[in-house]
Amino acid sequence: MSGGERDEITGTETTGHEWDGIRELNNPLPRWWLWTFYATVVWGIGYTIAFPAWPLVSGATAGVLGWSTRAAVAEEIRAVETAQTGQWAALLDADLAALREDDPDLHRFAVQAGAALFRTNCSQCHGAGAAGAVGYPNLLDDDWLWGGEIEEIAHTIRHGIRNEEDPETRFSQMPGFGDFLGRDEIRSLVAHVRALPEGADPEAGPAGALFADNCASCHGADARGDRSIGAPDLTDAIWLYGDAPETLTRVIAEGPYGVMPGWGGRLDEAELRALASYVHQLGGGEAEERRIGAAPGSAAEPG
Amino acid sequence: MTARSSSLYAARVPIFPRRVSGFYRRLKWQIMAVTLGIYYLTPWLRWDRGPELPDQAVLVDLAHRRFYFFMIEIWSHEFYFVAGLLVMAGIGLFLFTAALGRVWCGYACPQTVWTDLFILVERWIDGDRNARLRLHAAPWSVRKWRLRLTKWTAWALIGLMTGGAWVFYFTDAPTLARDLANFSAPPVAYATILVLTATTFVFGGFMREQVCIYMCPWPRIQGAMMDEDTLTVAYRDWRGEPRGKHRKAVAAEGLGDCIDCSACVNVCPMGIDIRDGQQMACITCALCIDACDEVMARTGRDRGLIDYLALSDAPREAAGAAPRPARQHVFRPRNILYAALWAGIGVALVAMLFMRADVELTVAPERNPRFVTLSDGSIRNAYDLRLRNKTGTPRDFALSLGGGTGLALSVEGAARPVVTVPADTQALARIYVTAPPASAQAGQHRSTLRIWAEAAGDGARASVDTTFNGQDKP
Repeated sequence: MSGGERDEITGTETTGHEWDGIRELNNPLPRWWLWTFYATVVWGIGYTIAFPAWPLVSGATAGVLGWSTRAAVAEEIRAVETAQTGQWAALLDADLAALREDDPDLHRFAVQAGAALFRTNCSQCHGAGAAGAVGYPNLLDDDWLWGGEIEEIAHTIRHGIRNEEDPETRFSQMPGFGDFLGRDEIRSLVAHVRALPEGADPEAGPAGALFADNCASCHGADARGDRSIGAPDLTDAIWLYGDAPETLTRVIAEGPYGVMPGWGGRLDEAELRALASYVHQLGGGEAEERRIGAAPGSAAEPG
Repeated sequence: MTARSSSLYAARVPIFPRRVSGFYRRLKWQIMAVTLGIYYLTPWLRWDRGPELPDQAVLVDLAHRRFYFFMIEIWSHEFYFVAGLLVMAGIGLFLFTAALGRVWCGYACPQTVWTDLFILVERWIDGDRNARLRLHAAPWSVRKWRLRLTKWTAWALIGLMTGGAWVFYFTDAPTLARDLANFSAPPVAYATILVLTATTFVFGGFMREQVCIYMCPWPRIQGAMMDEDTLTVAYRDWRGEPRGKHRKAVAAEGLGDCIDCSACVNVCPMGIDIRDGQQMACITCALCIDACDEVMARTGRDRGLIDYLALSDAPREAAGAAPRPARQHVFRPRNILYAALWAGIGVALVAMLFMRADVELTVAPERNPRFVTLSDGSIRNAYDLRLRNKTGTPRDFALSLGGGTGLALSVEGAARPVVTVPADTQALARIYVTAPPASAQAGQHRSTLRIWAEAAGDGARASVDTTFNGQDKP
């Protein structure tokens, strides 16, 4: 800069810079502004030393303060887990069936925790919305194979279904009738079973006799099923594998064998109880009083 | 312009505004008392909202996403009220700037008000302009140290009170005051106070006019807001020039009214000379008007050599004619438009404020799955229902469906379709709507549905329209 030179019109000193005859006036910035700028530079350099910043070949400088986003998240997760220990402990002792009335906050906690566990562990088969899929029961409806009370659901989750690693598992097996019945007999049984939800008499006609001989021992003479052995109700509108004739033909001929792993070894008891609370409040959960009279499901051989 | 160094940077030239008295000074003291009074006292006003709600009249409750202003309570989803107020504040600034120039800067801006307060304290401790000038030039003696430390302590205390008052707007003031006193308040409260104390101390004590000239964007925006009809502080150069000392009556011959006494320069908190004309650094605090009027009275001239005037009147006045009346400058189409916009938004906000219901209902249909087939063949839809109870008492809301649909409604986990919402909260409930087997809705891809919530007791109602998803069978 040259200095000294002055613009004639304004009387302001120029910086000496000139472009195409246009000269730049010098309206000086305050000195503190310059010092503020230097201070931000110093701060910026200090910041990159204190915090992770400079890229290296396989990572970045860690910063002398040792702060990291991962550690911060881990810290927060630990804090939440610590804060929740009381609730998990309370869940272990709680009477699940009465939890909603006894302790609404703990029930809400159990449902929220159960929802998270469900998405991680259960949604692969039952779907993120718990609506199930072909062969994997819909958990939203009011139809239960093994029982819809909260303790029955907890038992199912804990021990699984046809889970050969657990002696307490829910177990039953429908034989494949392809070996015992002729093709025409199966065809007439399919037509018979498909008519049951419309109100057909399970014992009517020749197919009714076939039903009574082969199916009623498990599914009941009234075809209402038997939860103690996981035999589905055939008179309702819900079909685990579908109600297409070819599907039912295959089911009767081959005998389905749906398996669910037991989660007792993978989730702790409190987590199982949270999951049961979640599944129970999805819309189909049954109240406790149903238990009186009907024995809870246990292992039973198919008839 | 006097000689400057050729550097691109300049050190701040300290300014020592002289004490002045007069109409505008009195007005500014009054405005300072009112604005500072509002700022410091507002958090301590109480307003009874019932046992469930805070009793602080003005409270920004960030933790619970609530804003309380006397009888008004704003939830976070009603933030458009605040947005509307900000728009009004913006248009209000346009209106005042277009009509009266930088009155905001000169009278009401916190930077101006606090700087005024800091200069007042400075004057009490150090004396007026000449004493301060001498003290500034004096070497560091015991006396100078004593005065400086006294002044800085007083400034720091004002800063502490300013930062301290700020945090009271965000939580219950008496509780926080007690916690602050026995050092059990949250760290963020102390940090906020510390930062605001520091900024108040530095901005009011040392930065002063530098904030207005170099940090604030508003002076740059003013240029677009003002025009030649704007009433602003200006020097009547046709009356004052040529300026000069009136030593003897004869020497005054041929000179203007300005006696070049520098009174206007000496009182200026921005350190400028208004006689140089309109300039960005002028915050129109009008203290030069008071200073000049005093001098004009002493020299036996008419007041108003420096005065509020519209620049469009300058040629008229220079030619000897009377200026147009102020109302002609103020009531011009531009200002009327600003005022109409401002008032329109204000009326709309007030209308919305009084029309909003104290119960609100929203519903989100469950889409995974869209419907569930129940064992008897009926079709059930699930909805997440959110009910807001904006009153200070818990209320039971009975849910029902719009008439004649044949659909059934139930609430998850409840025997009756009733949702209890605690005071001033939003409750979430899952509700089920079931269509009987073979009903029209069960077989239809989509049908419309209206859900009603009615408060037990006072009968306040809200409804929401949503969709029922059926099986879509041919």
